[in-house]
Amino acid sequence: MASGNNSSTAVTSISLTRPSLPLRGRSFRALVLAPETPLGDWFSHLDALVQRSPTLFSERAVILDVSGLAKDPLRGDAARLETAEPAEDDTDAAAATPDIAGLVDELKQRGIRIMGVEKAEPAWLGPALPPLLSGGRPAEMAPPADVKAPEPVKAPEPPRKPNSLVLENPLRSGQSVYHPEGDVTVMGSVASGAEILAGGSIHIYGALRGRAIAGAGGNPRARICCRKFEPELIGIDGLFRTADTTDPKLRKKAVQVWLEGETLRMAALD
Amino acid sequence: MAKIIVVTSGKGGVGKTTTTAALGAALAQAGQNVCVVDFDVGLRNLDLIMGAERRVVYDLINVVQGDAKLTQALIRDKRLDTLALLPASQTRDKDALTDEGVARVIGELREKFDWVICDSPAGIERGATLAMRHADIAVVVTNPEVSSVRDSDRIIGLLDSKTERAEKGEHLEKHLILTRYDPGRAERGEMLKIEDVLEILSIPLLAVVPESEEVLKASNLGSPVTLNAPQSAPARAYIDAVRRLRGETVEMIVPSEKRSLLGKLFTRRAA
Repeated sequence: MASGNNSSTAVTSISLTRPSLPLRGRSFRALVLAPETPLGDWFSHLDALVQRSPTLFSERAVILDVSGLAKDPLRGDAARLETAEPAEDDTDAAAATPDIAGLVDELKQRGIRIMGVEKAEPAWLGPALPPLLSGGRPAEMAPPADVKAPEPVKAPEPPRKPNSLVLENPLRSGQSVYHPEGDVTVMGSVASGAEILAGGSIHIYGALRGRAIAGAGGNPRARICCRKFEPELIGIDGLFRTADTTDPKLRKKAVQVWLEGETLRMAALD
Repeated sequence: MAKIIVVTSGKGGVGKTTTTAALGAALAQAGQNVCVVDFDVGLRNLDLIMGAERRVVYDLINVVQGDAKLTQALIRDKRLDTLALLPASQTRDKDALTDEGVARVIGELREKFDWVICDSPAGIERGATLAMRHADIAVVVTNPEVSSVRDSDRIIGLLDSKTERAEKGEHLEKHLILTRYDPGRAERGEMLKIEDVLEILSIPLLAVVPESEEVLKASNLGSPVTLNAPQSAPARAYIDAVRRLRGETVEMIVPSEKRSLLGKLFTRRAA
Protein backbone atom coordinates (compact mmCIF):
# COMPACT_ATOMS: atom_id res chain seq x y z
CA MET A 1 0.00 0.00 0.00
CA ALA A 2 2.88 2.29 0.75
CA SER A 3 4.29 1.72 -2.74
CA GLY A 4 1.37 3.62 -4.27
CA ASN A 5 2.43 6.73 -2.46
CA ASN A 6 6.04 6.58 -3.59
CA SER A 7 5.29 7.22 -7.21
CA SER A 8 3.32 10.41 -6.81
CA THR A 9 4.90 13.22 -4.89
CA ALA A 10 1.84 15.37 -5.47
CA VAL A 11 -0.09 13.37 -3.00
CA THR A 12 -0.73 15.54 0.00
CA SER A 13 -1.56 14.82 3.55
CA ILE A 14 -5.06 13.79 2.56
CA SER A 15 -3.99 10.40 1.38
CA LEU A 16 -1.50 10.05 4.20
CA THR A 17 -4.16 10.47 6.82
CA ARG A 18 -6.50 8.18 5.02
CA PRO A 19 -7.04 5.21 7.25
CA SER A 20 -5.75 1.90 6.00
CA LEU A 21 -8.28 -0.41 4.41
CA PRO A 22 -10.19 -2.25 7.09
CA LEU A 23 -9.26 -5.84 6.43
CA ARG A 24 -10.40 -8.42 8.89
CA GLY A 25 -10.11 -12.13 9.09
CA ARG A 26 -13.16 -14.22 9.74
CA SER A 27 -13.84 -17.92 9.58
CA PHE A 28 -17.11 -19.61 8.66
CA ARG A 29 -18.42 -23.09 8.68
CA ALA A 30 -18.99 -24.54 5.25
CA LEU A 31 -20.48 -27.71 3.87
CA VAL A 32 -18.06 -29.66 1.73
CA LEU A 33 -19.31 -31.59 -1.30
CA ALA A 34 -16.86 -34.21 -2.50
CA PRO A 35 -18.06 -35.70 -5.80
CA GLU A 36 -16.97 -39.21 -6.53
CA THR A 37 -16.77 -41.15 -9.70
CA PRO A 38 -18.83 -42.33 -11.38
CA LEU A 39 -20.41 -38.89 -11.35
CA GLY A 40 -23.76 -40.11 -12.61
CA ASP A 41 -24.30 -42.22 -9.47
CA TRP A 42 -23.05 -39.45 -7.29
CA PHE A 43 -25.52 -36.97 -8.79
CA SER A 44 -28.43 -39.35 -8.38
CA HIS A 45 -27.48 -39.74 -4.71
CA LEU A 46 -27.28 -36.00 -4.39
CA ASP A 47 -30.67 -35.53 -6.04
CA ALA A 48 -32.24 -38.01 -3.65
CA LEU A 49 -30.73 -36.21 -0.68
CA VAL A 50 -31.92 -32.81 -1.87
CA GLN A 51 -35.40 -34.22 -2.36
CA ARG A 52 -35.51 -35.52 1.18
CA SER A 53 -34.23 -32.31 2.73
CA PRO A 54 -34.82 -29.45 0.36
CA THR A 55 -33.29 -26.84 2.64
CA LEU A 56 -30.04 -28.69 3.19
CA PHE A 57 -27.98 -26.46 0.90
CA SER A 58 -30.05 -23.32 0.95
CA GLU A 59 -28.20 -20.32 2.29
CA ARG A 60 -25.23 -22.43 3.20
CA ALA A 61 -21.67 -21.89 2.14
CA VAL A 62 -20.73 -24.92 0.01
CA ILE A 63 -17.16 -25.91 -0.89
CA LEU A 64 -16.36 -28.35 -3.64
CA ASP A 65 -13.70 -30.91 -2.79
CA VAL A 66 -12.47 -32.27 -6.12
CA SER A 67 -9.88 -34.70 -4.82
CA GLY A 68 -12.15 -37.55 -5.83
CA LEU A 69 -12.15 -36.42 -9.45
CA ALA A 70 -8.44 -36.22 -10.03
CA LYS A 71 -8.36 -39.53 -11.90
CA ASP A 72 -11.54 -39.03 -13.85
CA PRO A 73 -11.03 -37.82 -17.40
CA LEU A 74 -14.00 -35.58 -17.72
CA ARG A 75 -14.46 -33.45 -20.71
CA GLY A 76 -16.86 -30.61 -21.34
CA ASP A 77 -20.05 -32.52 -22.14
CA ALA A 78 -22.49 -32.11 -19.26
CA ALA A 79 -24.80 -34.77 -20.66
CA ARG A 80 -22.18 -37.34 -19.96
CA LEU A 81 -22.50 -36.64 -16.32
CA GLU A 82 -26.14 -37.72 -16.35
CA THR A 83 -25.46 -41.14 -17.79
CA ALA A 84 -24.29 -43.59 -15.24
CA GLU A 85 -21.12 -44.41 -16.95
CA PRO A 86 -18.61 -46.64 -15.22
CA ALA A 87 -15.27 -45.02 -14.57
CA GLU A 88 -12.77 -45.79 -17.21
CA ASP A 89 -9.60 -47.38 -16.11
CA ASP A 90 -7.44 -44.87 -17.82
CA THR A 91 -3.76 -45.17 -17.04
CA ASP A 92 -2.81 -41.64 -17.91
CA ALA A 93 -5.91 -40.17 -16.21
CA ALA A 94 -3.76 -38.42 -13.62
CA ALA A 95 -2.73 -35.98 -16.27
CA ALA A 96 -6.33 -35.27 -17.27
CA THR A 97 -8.07 -32.12 -16.10
CA PRO A 98 -11.51 -32.68 -14.57
CA ASP A 99 -14.24 -30.45 -15.96
CA ILE A 100 -14.86 -28.38 -12.89
CA ALA A 101 -16.79 -25.72 -14.79
CA GLY A 102 -19.27 -28.34 -15.94
CA LEU A 103 -19.61 -29.71 -12.45
CA VAL A 104 -20.23 -26.26 -10.98
CA ASP A 105 -22.89 -25.62 -13.63
CA GLU A 106 -24.59 -28.93 -12.85
CA LEU A 107 -24.70 -28.06 -9.17
CA LYS A 108 -25.99 -24.58 -9.90
CA GLN A 109 -28.92 -26.12 -11.75
CA ARG A 110 -29.77 -27.92 -8.49
CA GLY A 111 -29.63 -24.67 -6.58
CA ILE A 112 -26.25 -25.36 -5.00
CA ARG A 113 -23.82 -22.48 -5.32
CA ILE A 114 -20.17 -23.23 -4.88
CA MET A 115 -18.14 -20.58 -3.10
CA GLY A 116 -14.74 -22.20 -3.42
CA VAL A 117 -12.90 -25.25 -4.67
CA GLU A 118 -10.64 -27.32 -2.52
CA LYS A 119 -7.87 -29.80 -3.34
CA ALA A 120 -7.66 -28.84 -7.00
CA GLU A 121 -4.57 -28.17 -9.12
CA PRO A 122 -4.33 -24.40 -9.69
CA ALA A 123 -4.26 -25.07 -13.41
CA TRP A 124 -7.74 -26.66 -13.31
CA LEU A 125 -9.43 -23.43 -12.37
CA GLY A 126 -10.11 -20.60 -14.77
CA PRO A 127 -10.97 -17.05 -13.84
CA ALA A 128 -14.68 -17.76 -14.19
CA LEU A 129 -14.58 -20.47 -11.53
CA PRO A 130 -14.73 -20.13 -7.76
CA PRO A 131 -11.35 -19.51 -6.11
CA LEU A 132 -9.09 -22.24 -4.86
CA LEU A 133 -9.17 -22.69 -1.10
CA SER A 134 -6.68 -24.33 1.17
CA GLY A 135 -6.15 -24.81 4.88
CA GLY A 136 -9.64 -26.10 5.61
CA ARG A 137 -10.09 -28.21 8.72
CA PRO A 138 -12.84 -30.71 9.33
CA ALA A 139 -15.62 -29.40 11.57
CA GLU A 140 -18.87 -30.83 12.78
CA MET A 141 -21.94 -29.76 10.92
CA ALA A 142 -25.46 -30.01 12.15
CA PRO A 143 -26.84 -33.09 10.42
CA PRO A 144 -29.75 -32.47 8.09
CA ALA A 145 -32.64 -32.24 10.49
CA ASP A 146 -35.36 -33.47 8.18
CA VAL A 147 -33.99 -36.69 6.79
CA LYS A 148 -37.19 -38.62 7.48
CA ALA A 149 -39.76 -36.85 5.41
CA PRO A 150 -39.91 -33.68 3.35
CA GLU A 151 -41.58 -31.27 5.71
CA PRO A 152 -43.49 -28.31 4.41
CA VAL A 153 -41.23 -25.30 4.59
CA LYS A 154 -42.59 -23.08 7.34
CA ALA A 155 -42.42 -19.35 7.11
CA PRO A 156 -39.66 -18.25 9.48
CA GLU A 157 -41.03 -17.02 12.80
CA PRO A 158 -40.67 -13.30 13.20
CA PRO A 159 -37.92 -12.64 15.72
CA ARG A 160 -39.50 -12.13 19.11
CA LYS A 161 -38.97 -8.73 20.61
CA PRO A 162 -36.98 -8.87 23.81
CA ASN A 163 -39.23 -7.72 26.61
CA SER A 164 -38.06 -6.50 29.96
CA LEU A 165 -39.49 -7.55 33.30
CA VAL A 166 -39.80 -5.10 36.18
CA LEU A 167 -40.32 -6.46 39.69
CA GLU A 168 -41.77 -3.91 42.10
CA ASN A 169 -41.25 -6.00 45.22
CA PRO A 170 -38.10 -7.41 46.74
CA LEU A 171 -37.25 -10.94 45.69
CA ARG A 172 -37.46 -13.09 48.82
CA SER A 173 -35.39 -16.09 49.79
CA GLY A 174 -36.55 -19.14 47.85
CA GLN A 175 -38.15 -17.17 45.05
CA SER A 176 -36.83 -17.69 41.58
CA VAL A 177 -37.38 -15.56 38.50
CA TYR A 178 -36.61 -17.00 35.08
CA HIS A 179 -36.91 -14.56 32.23
CA PRO A 180 -35.31 -16.15 29.16
CA GLU A 181 -35.54 -13.12 26.92
CA GLY A 182 -34.81 -9.57 27.87
CA ASP A 183 -33.73 -7.70 30.96
CA VAL A 184 -34.91 -8.04 34.56
CA THR A 185 -35.13 -4.98 36.79
CA VAL A 186 -35.78 -5.38 40.51
CA MET A 187 -36.84 -2.26 42.38
CA GLY A 188 -36.00 -3.84 45.76
CA SER A 189 -33.41 -6.30 46.99
CA VAL A 190 -32.69 -9.87 46.00
CA ALA A 191 -32.45 -11.87 49.21
CA SER A 192 -30.00 -14.58 50.13
CA GLY A 193 -31.43 -17.77 48.67
CA ALA A 194 -33.33 -16.04 45.86
CA GLU A 195 -32.29 -16.25 42.23
CA ILE A 196 -32.75 -14.45 38.94
CA LEU A 197 -32.00 -15.95 35.55
CA ALA A 198 -32.29 -13.50 32.69
CA GLY A 199 -31.57 -13.78 29.00
CA GLY A 200 -30.52 -10.15 29.05
CA SER A 201 -29.10 -7.94 31.76
CA ILE A 202 -30.10 -7.73 35.42
CA HIS A 203 -30.54 -4.43 37.23
CA ILE A 204 -31.12 -4.41 40.97
CA TYR A 205 -31.96 -1.15 42.71
CA GLY A 206 -31.42 -2.70 46.13
CA ALA A 207 -28.96 -5.18 47.53
CA LEU A 208 -28.00 -8.31 45.61
CA ARG A 209 -27.63 -11.01 48.24
CA GLY A 210 -28.77 -14.01 46.22
CA ARG A 211 -27.92 -15.36 42.79
CA ALA A 212 -27.98 -13.38 39.57
CA ILE A 213 -27.33 -15.05 36.24
CA ALA A 214 -27.48 -12.77 33.22
CA GLY A 215 -27.11 -13.61 29.56
CA ALA A 216 -28.52 -17.08 30.18
CA GLY A 217 -28.80 -18.87 26.87
CA GLY A 218 -25.79 -17.15 25.36
CA ASN A 219 -25.62 -13.40 25.54
CA PRO A 220 -22.07 -12.29 26.39
CA ARG A 221 -23.08 -8.63 26.28
CA ALA A 222 -25.45 -8.94 29.24
CA ARG A 223 -24.51 -7.16 32.46
CA ILE A 224 -25.44 -7.22 36.11
CA CYS A 225 -25.76 -3.93 37.99
CA CYS A 226 -26.76 -3.55 41.61
CA ARG A 227 -26.79 -0.91 44.33
CA LYS A 228 -25.30 -3.13 47.01
CA PHE A 229 -23.10 -6.04 46.04
CA GLU A 230 -23.27 -9.02 48.42
CA PRO A 231 -24.06 -11.85 46.00
CA GLU A 232 -23.97 -15.57 46.63
CA LEU A 233 -23.34 -16.28 42.97
CA ILE A 234 -23.10 -14.26 39.79
CA GLY A 235 -22.88 -15.45 36.23
CA ILE A 236 -22.96 -14.14 32.69
CA ASP A 237 -23.29 -16.38 29.64
CA GLY A 238 -22.17 -19.52 31.42
CA LEU A 239 -19.27 -18.01 33.41
CA PHE A 240 -19.84 -18.04 37.14
CA ARG A 241 -18.27 -16.68 40.31
CA THR A 242 -19.23 -17.48 43.87
CA ALA A 243 -19.07 -14.93 46.65
CA ASP A 244 -15.75 -16.36 47.79
CA THR A 245 -14.05 -15.50 44.53
CA THR A 246 -15.22 -11.92 44.22
CA ASP A 247 -13.14 -8.96 45.30
CA PRO A 248 -13.93 -8.26 48.99
CA LYS A 249 -13.34 -4.56 48.33
CA LEU A 250 -16.48 -4.47 46.21
CA ARG A 251 -18.72 -5.84 48.95
CA LYS A 252 -21.71 -3.64 49.79
CA LYS A 253 -20.79 -1.21 47.01
CA ALA A 254 -22.70 -0.33 43.87
CA VAL A 255 -21.18 -2.67 41.32
CA GLN A 256 -21.50 -3.70 37.72
CA VAL A 257 -20.44 -7.04 36.31
CA TRP A 258 -19.70 -7.70 32.68
CA LEU A 259 -17.93 -10.18 30.44
CA GLU A 260 -14.63 -9.38 28.80
CA GLY A 261 -13.58 -12.22 26.55
CA GLU A 262 -13.57 -15.26 28.80
CA THR A 263 -13.39 -13.42 32.14
CA LEU A 264 -16.04 -11.94 34.37
CA ARG A 265 -15.07 -8.39 35.22
CA MET A 266 -16.59 -6.39 38.03
CA ALA A 267 -16.10 -2.84 39.15
CA ALA A 268 -17.63 -0.30 41.48
CA LEU A 269 -20.11 2.02 39.80
CA ASP A 270 -19.13 5.06 41.83
CA MET B 1 -65.70 -9.82 62.14
CA ALA B 2 -62.39 -10.92 63.56
CA LYS B 3 -59.02 -10.02 62.24
CA ILE B 4 -56.98 -13.13 61.55
CA ILE B 5 -53.34 -12.91 62.57
CA VAL B 6 -50.80 -15.58 61.71
CA VAL B 7 -47.66 -15.78 63.83
CA THR B 8 -45.01 -17.37 61.68
CA SER B 9 -41.23 -17.54 61.22
CA GLY B 10 -40.06 -20.40 59.03
CA LYS B 11 -37.43 -21.39 61.55
CA GLY B 12 -38.30 -23.25 64.71
CA GLY B 13 -37.55 -22.19 68.27
CA VAL B 14 -37.57 -18.45 67.65
CA GLY B 15 -40.59 -17.72 69.85
CA LYS B 16 -43.74 -18.15 67.76
CA THR B 17 -45.73 -19.89 70.46
CA THR B 18 -44.53 -17.50 73.19
CA THR B 19 -45.47 -14.58 70.95
CA THR B 20 -48.89 -16.05 70.13
CA ALA B 21 -49.69 -16.55 73.81
CA ALA B 22 -48.33 -13.12 74.82
CA LEU B 23 -50.18 -11.23 72.07
CA GLY B 24 -53.39 -13.17 72.71
CA ALA B 25 -53.28 -12.49 76.44
CA ALA B 26 -52.34 -8.83 75.96
CA LEU B 27 -55.26 -8.31 73.57
CA ALA B 28 -57.62 -10.04 76.00
CA GLN B 29 -56.22 -7.94 78.87
CA ALA B 30 -57.18 -4.91 76.78
CA GLY B 31 -60.76 -6.21 76.72
CA GLN B 32 -60.74 -7.76 73.27
CA ASN B 33 -62.37 -11.07 72.46
CA VAL B 34 -59.53 -13.33 71.39
CA CYS B 35 -59.00 -16.89 70.23
CA VAL B 36 -55.54 -18.42 69.88
CA VAL B 37 -55.36 -21.39 67.50
CA ASP B 38 -52.58 -23.97 67.55
CA PHE B 39 -51.79 -25.14 64.00
CA ASP B 40 -48.80 -27.21 65.04
CA VAL B 41 -50.62 -30.52 64.67
CA GLY B 42 -48.52 -33.36 66.07
CA LEU B 43 -46.20 -31.06 68.04
CA ARG B 44 -48.64 -28.96 69.98
CA ASN B 45 -47.23 -26.56 72.57
CA LEU B 46 -49.62 -23.67 72.85
CA ASP B 47 -51.80 -25.53 75.36
CA LEU B 48 -48.77 -25.87 77.66
CA ILE B 49 -47.76 -22.22 77.36
CA MET B 50 -51.37 -21.22 78.05
CA GLY B 51 -51.60 -23.64 80.97
CA ALA B 52 -54.56 -25.51 79.48
CA GLU B 53 -52.98 -28.89 78.74
CA ARG B 54 -55.15 -30.69 81.31
CA ARG B 55 -58.37 -29.35 79.85
CA VAL B 56 -58.06 -30.49 76.23
CA VAL B 57 -60.95 -32.70 75.09
CA TYR B 58 -61.47 -31.94 71.41
CA ASP B 59 -58.99 -30.30 69.13
CA LEU B 60 -58.61 -28.51 65.80
CA ILE B 61 -58.53 -31.78 63.83
CA ASN B 62 -61.82 -32.91 65.39
CA VAL B 63 -63.44 -29.65 64.37
CA VAL B 64 -61.87 -29.63 60.89
CA GLN B 65 -63.10 -33.18 60.27
CA GLY B 66 -66.54 -32.43 61.70
CA ASP B 67 -66.27 -34.81 64.69
CA ALA B 68 -66.81 -32.00 67.18
CA LYS B 69 -68.40 -28.58 67.21
CA LEU B 70 -66.19 -25.54 67.50
CA THR B 71 -67.78 -24.62 70.85
CA GLN B 72 -66.92 -28.06 72.25
CA ALA B 73 -63.26 -27.69 71.33
CA LEU B 74 -62.69 -24.10 72.48
CA ILE B 75 -61.08 -23.79 75.92
CA ARG B 76 -61.84 -20.63 77.90
CA ASP B 77 -58.88 -19.22 79.80
CA LYS B 78 -59.35 -19.33 83.59
CA ARG B 79 -57.64 -15.98 84.16
CA LEU B 80 -59.05 -13.98 81.24
CA ASP B 81 -62.62 -14.75 80.26
CA THR B 82 -62.28 -13.11 76.82
CA LEU B 83 -59.40 -15.42 75.87
CA ALA B 84 -60.01 -18.81 74.26
CA LEU B 85 -57.73 -21.55 72.97
CA LEU B 86 -58.32 -23.96 70.10
CA PRO B 87 -55.68 -26.65 70.70
CA ALA B 88 -53.98 -28.82 68.09
CA SER B 89 -54.02 -32.59 68.06
CA GLN B 90 -50.90 -34.27 69.35
CA THR B 91 -51.67 -37.71 67.95
CA ARG B 92 -52.35 -36.73 64.34
CA ASP B 93 -50.19 -35.03 61.73
CA LYS B 94 -50.56 -32.07 59.44
CA ASP B 95 -52.04 -34.13 56.59
CA ALA B 96 -55.22 -34.41 58.66
CA LEU B 97 -55.85 -30.72 57.97
CA THR B 98 -57.99 -30.15 54.88
CA ASP B 99 -58.23 -26.89 52.96
CA GLU B 100 -62.04 -26.80 53.19
CA GLY B 101 -62.11 -27.81 56.85
CA VAL B 102 -59.66 -25.10 57.85
CA ALA B 103 -61.53 -22.50 55.79
CA ARG B 104 -64.79 -23.45 57.54
CA VAL B 105 -63.27 -23.33 61.04
CA ILE B 106 -61.61 -19.96 60.37
CA GLY B 107 -64.93 -18.68 59.01
CA GLU B 108 -66.73 -19.73 62.22
CA LEU B 109 -64.00 -18.18 64.41
CA ARG B 110 -64.27 -14.95 62.43
CA GLU B 111 -67.91 -14.65 63.49
CA LYS B 112 -67.26 -15.26 67.19
CA PHE B 113 -64.16 -13.20 68.06
CA ASP B 114 -62.45 -9.83 67.53
CA TRP B 115 -59.05 -11.39 66.98
CA VAL B 116 -57.98 -14.89 65.91
CA ILE B 117 -54.28 -15.60 66.33
CA CYS B 118 -52.95 -18.64 64.51
CA ASP B 119 -49.74 -20.16 65.83
CA SER B 120 -47.99 -21.53 62.76
CA PRO B 121 -45.73 -24.58 62.88
CA ALA B 122 -42.13 -24.15 61.79
CA GLY B 123 -41.26 -24.95 58.20
CA ILE B 124 -42.87 -24.05 54.93
CA GLU B 125 -44.98 -27.16 54.42
CA ARG B 126 -48.66 -27.85 54.62
CA GLY B 127 -49.16 -26.88 58.27
CA ALA B 128 -47.46 -23.54 57.84
CA THR B 129 -49.16 -22.68 54.55
CA LEU B 130 -52.59 -23.61 55.96
CA ALA B 131 -51.98 -21.50 59.07
CA MET B 132 -51.20 -18.43 56.95
CA ARG B 133 -53.81 -19.16 54.29
CA HIS B 134 -56.65 -16.97 55.62
CA ALA B 135 -54.60 -14.35 57.47
CA ASP B 136 -55.29 -10.61 57.30
CA ILE B 137 -52.15 -9.75 59.26
CA ALA B 138 -48.90 -11.65 59.48
CA VAL B 139 -46.57 -11.32 62.43
CA VAL B 140 -43.13 -12.60 61.47
CA VAL B 141 -41.06 -13.63 64.47
CA THR B 142 -37.31 -13.41 63.93
CA ASN B 143 -34.21 -13.78 66.06
CA PRO B 144 -31.32 -11.41 65.38
CA GLU B 145 -29.36 -14.17 63.70
CA VAL B 146 -28.67 -14.89 60.02
CA SER B 147 -30.42 -18.24 59.58
CA SER B 148 -33.57 -16.99 61.27
CA VAL B 149 -33.55 -13.85 59.11
CA ARG B 150 -33.18 -15.82 55.89
CA ASP B 151 -35.98 -18.22 56.86
CA SER B 152 -38.22 -15.27 57.70
CA ASP B 153 -37.46 -13.80 54.31
CA ARG B 154 -38.59 -17.06 52.73
CA ILE B 155 -41.79 -16.98 54.76
CA ILE B 156 -42.50 -13.39 53.69
CA GLY B 157 -42.17 -14.57 50.09
CA LEU B 158 -44.76 -17.27 50.78
CA LEU B 159 -47.05 -14.78 52.55
CA ASP B 160 -46.95 -12.70 49.37
CA SER B 161 -47.85 -15.63 47.14
CA LYS B 162 -49.68 -18.39 49.00
CA THR B 163 -52.21 -16.54 51.15
CA GLU B 164 -55.80 -15.97 50.14
CA ARG B 165 -55.29 -12.20 50.23
CA ALA B 166 -52.21 -12.37 48.03
CA GLU B 167 -54.03 -14.56 45.52
CA LYS B 168 -56.90 -12.08 45.36
CA GLY B 169 -54.40 -9.28 44.88
CA GLU B 170 -55.31 -7.73 48.23
CA HIS B 171 -52.89 -6.29 50.74
CA LEU B 172 -51.63 -8.50 53.53
CA GLU B 173 -50.22 -6.53 56.47
CA LYS B 174 -46.86 -7.88 57.53
CA HIS B 175 -45.09 -6.98 60.78
CA LEU B 176 -41.84 -8.01 62.33
CA ILE B 177 -41.32 -8.96 65.96
CA LEU B 178 -37.65 -9.30 66.77
CA THR B 179 -37.29 -11.64 69.75
CA ARG B 180 -34.41 -12.63 72.03
CA TYR B 181 -32.68 -9.33 71.35
CA ASP B 182 -29.71 -8.34 73.47
CA PRO B 183 -28.64 -4.70 72.87
CA GLY B 184 -25.22 -5.29 74.42
CA ARG B 185 -24.39 -8.27 72.24
CA ALA B 186 -25.73 -6.50 69.13
CA GLU B 187 -23.45 -3.56 69.95
CA ARG B 188 -20.48 -5.89 70.27
CA GLY B 189 -21.30 -7.44 66.88
CA GLU B 190 -22.23 -10.84 68.34
CA MET B 191 -25.77 -10.45 67.09
CA LEU B 192 -27.42 -8.75 64.13
CA LYS B 193 -28.51 -5.19 64.86
CA ILE B 194 -32.16 -4.17 64.54
CA GLU B 195 -31.43 -2.03 61.47
CA ASP B 196 -29.57 -4.92 59.76
CA VAL B 197 -32.59 -7.19 60.15
CA LEU B 198 -35.00 -4.46 59.00
CA GLU B 199 -32.84 -3.72 55.99
CA ILE B 200 -32.89 -7.33 54.87
CA LEU B 201 -36.54 -8.07 55.56
CA SER B 202 -37.92 -4.61 54.73
CA ILE B 203 -41.20 -4.97 56.63
CA PRO B 204 -42.37 -2.66 59.45
CA LEU B 205 -41.19 -3.40 62.97
CA LEU B 206 -43.93 -4.22 65.49
CA ALA B 207 -41.80 -4.86 68.56
CA VAL B 208 -38.36 -5.72 69.84
CA VAL B 209 -38.61 -8.30 72.61
CA PRO B 210 -35.43 -8.41 74.67
CA GLU B 211 -33.88 -11.66 75.79
CA SER B 212 -35.20 -12.29 79.29
CA GLU B 213 -35.45 -15.06 81.81
CA GLU B 214 -39.04 -13.98 82.43
CA VAL B 215 -40.09 -15.68 79.16
CA LEU B 216 -38.88 -19.12 80.18
CA LYS B 217 -40.23 -18.63 83.69
CA ALA B 218 -43.69 -17.79 82.34
CA SER B 219 -43.66 -20.72 79.89
CA ASN B 220 -42.84 -23.19 82.61
CA LEU B 221 -45.66 -21.83 84.72
CA GLY B 222 -48.10 -22.15 81.82
CA SER B 223 -48.92 -18.47 81.78
CA PRO B 224 -48.39 -15.95 78.97
CA VAL B 225 -45.60 -13.52 79.90
CA THR B 226 -47.91 -10.50 79.62
CA LEU B 227 -50.07 -12.09 82.31
CA ASN B 228 -47.39 -13.61 84.48
CA ALA B 229 -45.04 -10.61 84.69
CA PRO B 230 -46.77 -7.61 83.11
CA GLN B 231 -44.00 -5.25 84.26
CA SER B 232 -41.19 -7.29 82.77
CA ALA B 233 -39.36 -6.03 79.67
CA PRO B 234 -40.74 -8.71 77.28
CA ALA B 235 -44.29 -8.15 78.55
CA ARG B 236 -44.02 -4.40 77.98
CA ALA B 237 -42.71 -5.06 74.44
CA TYR B 238 -45.72 -7.31 73.69
CA ILE B 239 -48.18 -4.87 75.24
CA ASP B 240 -46.77 -2.09 73.03
CA ALA B 241 -47.04 -4.42 70.03
CA VAL B 242 -50.72 -4.97 70.75
CA ARG B 243 -51.33 -1.22 71.03
CA ARG B 244 -49.67 -0.78 67.63
CA LEU B 245 -51.78 -3.60 66.15
CA ARG B 246 -54.89 -1.78 67.38
CA GLY B 247 -53.82 1.34 65.53
CA GLU B 248 -52.18 3.37 68.27
CA THR B 249 -48.92 5.17 67.59
CA VAL B 250 -46.46 4.10 70.22
CA GLU B 251 -42.86 5.19 70.30
CA MET B 252 -40.54 2.31 69.48
CA ILE B 253 -38.25 1.59 72.39
CA VAL B 254 -36.37 -1.51 73.35
CA PRO B 255 -37.57 -2.19 76.90
CA SER B 256 -34.89 -3.20 79.37
CA GLU B 257 -35.09 -4.74 82.79
CA LYS B 258 -35.03 -2.02 85.42
CA ARG B 259 -32.60 -2.80 88.13
CA SER B 260 -31.58 -0.60 90.98
CA LEU B 261 -27.96 0.07 91.77
CA LEU B 262 -28.40 -2.05 94.85
CA GLY B 263 -29.82 -4.88 92.76
CA LYS B 264 -26.83 -4.74 90.41
CA LEU B 265 -24.41 -4.83 93.29
CA PHE B 266 -26.30 -7.73 94.75
CA THR B 267 -26.24 -9.85 91.58
CA ARG B 268 -22.55 -9.14 91.14
CA ARG B 269 -21.79 -10.31 94.61
CA ALA B 270 -23.87 -13.36 94.08
CA ALA B 271 -22.04 -14.17 90.85
